[in-house]
Amino acid sequence: MFLAFVAATLVITYFSARKSSGASAYFAAGRRITGWQNGLAVAGDYMSAASFLGIAGMIAMNGYDGFMYSVGFLVAYLTVLYIVAEPLRNSGKYTMADMLAYRLSPKPVRAAASLSTLTVSVFYMIAQMVGAGVLVRQLIPGISYEAAVVGVGVLMVVYVVFGGMLATTWVQIIKAVLLMSGSIFLSVLVLREYQFDLGKFFTQLTAIESTAPDGTKVVRNFLTPGLIFKNPWDQISLGMALLFGTAGLPHILIRFYTVPDAKTARSSVVWAMAIIGLFYIMTTFFGFGAASLMGPDYVQANGGTNMAAPELARKLGGEVFFAFISAVAFATILAVVAGLTISASTSFAHDFFTNVIHHGKEHRPGQEVLVARIAAFVVGALAIVIAIILGPSVNVAFLVGLAFAVAASANLPVMLFSIFWKRFNTNGAVVGLLVGLASSILLILISPDFMGENAIFPLKNPALLSIPIGFLAAIIGTLLSKEVPSEDKFVELQVRANTGLGAEKATEH
Amino acid sequence: MKDPQPSAADKPIDWHRIQRDPDFSALVRSKARLVIPATVFFIVYYFALPIGVGWFPEFMEKKIWGDMNIAYFFALSQFLMAWVLAAIYVVAASGWDRSERTLLAKFGYTSKH
Repeated sequence: MFLAFVAATLVITYFSARKSSGASAYFAAGRRITGWQNGLAVAGDYMSAASFLGIAGMIAMNGYDGFMYSVGFLVAYLTVLYIVAEPLRNSGKYTMADMLAYRLSPKPVRAAASLSTLTVSVFYMIAQMVGAGVLVRQLIPGISYEAAVVGVGVLMVVYVVFGGMLATTWVQIIKAVLLMSGSIFLSVLVLREYQFDLGKFFTQLTAIESTAPDGTKVVRNFLTPGLIFKNPWDQISLGMALLFGTAGLPHILIRFYTVPDAKTARSSVVWAMAIIGLFYIMTTFFGFGAASLMGPDYVQANGGTNMAAPELARKLGGEVFFAFISAVAFATILAVVAGLTISASTSFAHDFFTNVIHHGKEHRPGQEVLVARIAAFVVGALAIVIAIILGPSVNVAFLVGLAFAVAASANLPVMLFSIFWKRFNTNGAVVGLLVGLASSILLILISPDFMGENAIFPLKNPALLSIPIGFLAAIIGTLLSKEVPSEDKFVELQVRANTGLGAEKATEH
Repeated sequence: MKDPQPSAADKPIDWHRIQRDPDFSALVRSKARLVIPATVFFIVYYFALPIGVGWFPEFMEKKIWGDMNIAYFFALSQFLMAWVLAAIYVVAASGWDRSERTLLAKFGYTSKH
């Protein structure tokens, strides 16, 4: 089943490679992706293995608290829909930095934006690669962690280097469809165990027996909040990272350049919200299902937290369904890393190489695409090496948390200010991006994830503090500089963002 | 990094003239009238969940239907809230699309979609 998915995606990559020529085709799939296609692709980019396996596992082990993650993942799309998607599509070409560079001095802003984009993408990617290695090792006995990481890495590089955005988009779409069908089927199987009686299903959850770390048996009500999250501030901080970070995730933002106009960008967010919402509601069925049908102890003993969903599939649907759900999880990881790779390499090629080093001009036609292909290759190789060095036991949750926190603290403040604040200038953008980035990383390094019980900073996610720091830095940076940004450009950006006049069009056939 | 201008205009676009147009400010105001209160609303509604669960657990654990408690229904209601707000946005935005087209047509730019 793995092989069928891999073969199908390689065929797509082959045809995309034949079709795509030119920068707009490579980076933005020719801007011809339709609303529902892009909606599925956004959902595909977003519903990572961390959500599919991680949240299901968290609910299976500790109940309600895992569901709180699901809520944040969906509500975050309101920020994307209401604030970011349309202005971004109207005023950019390939990356977030396009919008920032409009009014501000392009070179320093693009360099800083490229740095934060690369940081977010690479951290997120490493988390996915480590997850992939662990998962494949559990799913296919006989394959080592290293071999699994290399395999996933090579595949994603092939998609991105040869197929560009078009192939990446179709990989996302297929994956989203597979993931949704697998989830629906698994949810139905769970509910069938209770004759589709929801009341009965939830009553089962009020008394789940498990073994505490000290070896005693405990019975807990899995519908009760607070079984794992003891400190409410942790929840608030995590919520902030999700709510404000999603709108700054480069691999999500880049998707809005693949559609013909702002209207399609909007409809793709709505499609994505429908799919993502349904998916996260279903995580409760198979998460809670795993808790009541197998129990936390069984999950712990059979592959651990991350294997709750595949093991549940095995129990309810047999080996074939286990293989299918495992293949879906594998497809999920591949699709997300491919999306991350293309956003990282686009930012490097478009922002850093062409616009910072080469002053915004291509020396030879096709150079930008060539650089992006090389960058994708390098980023992929780098992620493989780092994932192998870190090894299978590294805590991937904090890597993902960091990606969201950086996106929220560095990217979102400067995006908002560049649309809405007239006085905002280059200095503010650069300081905002760099301080937002640095404060998130620093706070994570002194958090309990890294320092254990002696942590200087008490929260697992830095967002509660680093988002205000990011905003403040952008404001202070602006006020400290005497540079007055061009009024003309602010007016132009306002008109563009609000009307779509002059926006990049779809390429002609 | 000059972007290609839209097909309707061979001469550069006079952004200031559009921005000064009363229809443009009306469009911007109409967007703000929905976006600002809606954003405040969903932020407040969303954070009410972790705040409620974190600081008012007795209330959130009250059972209201079978064994399902307020905490569970409140979490579910967040999904509904997100979908409803998305639907409201789509309806409002199709009105904005019309104003945009009228505005741009006034200046001789016809959008092709």
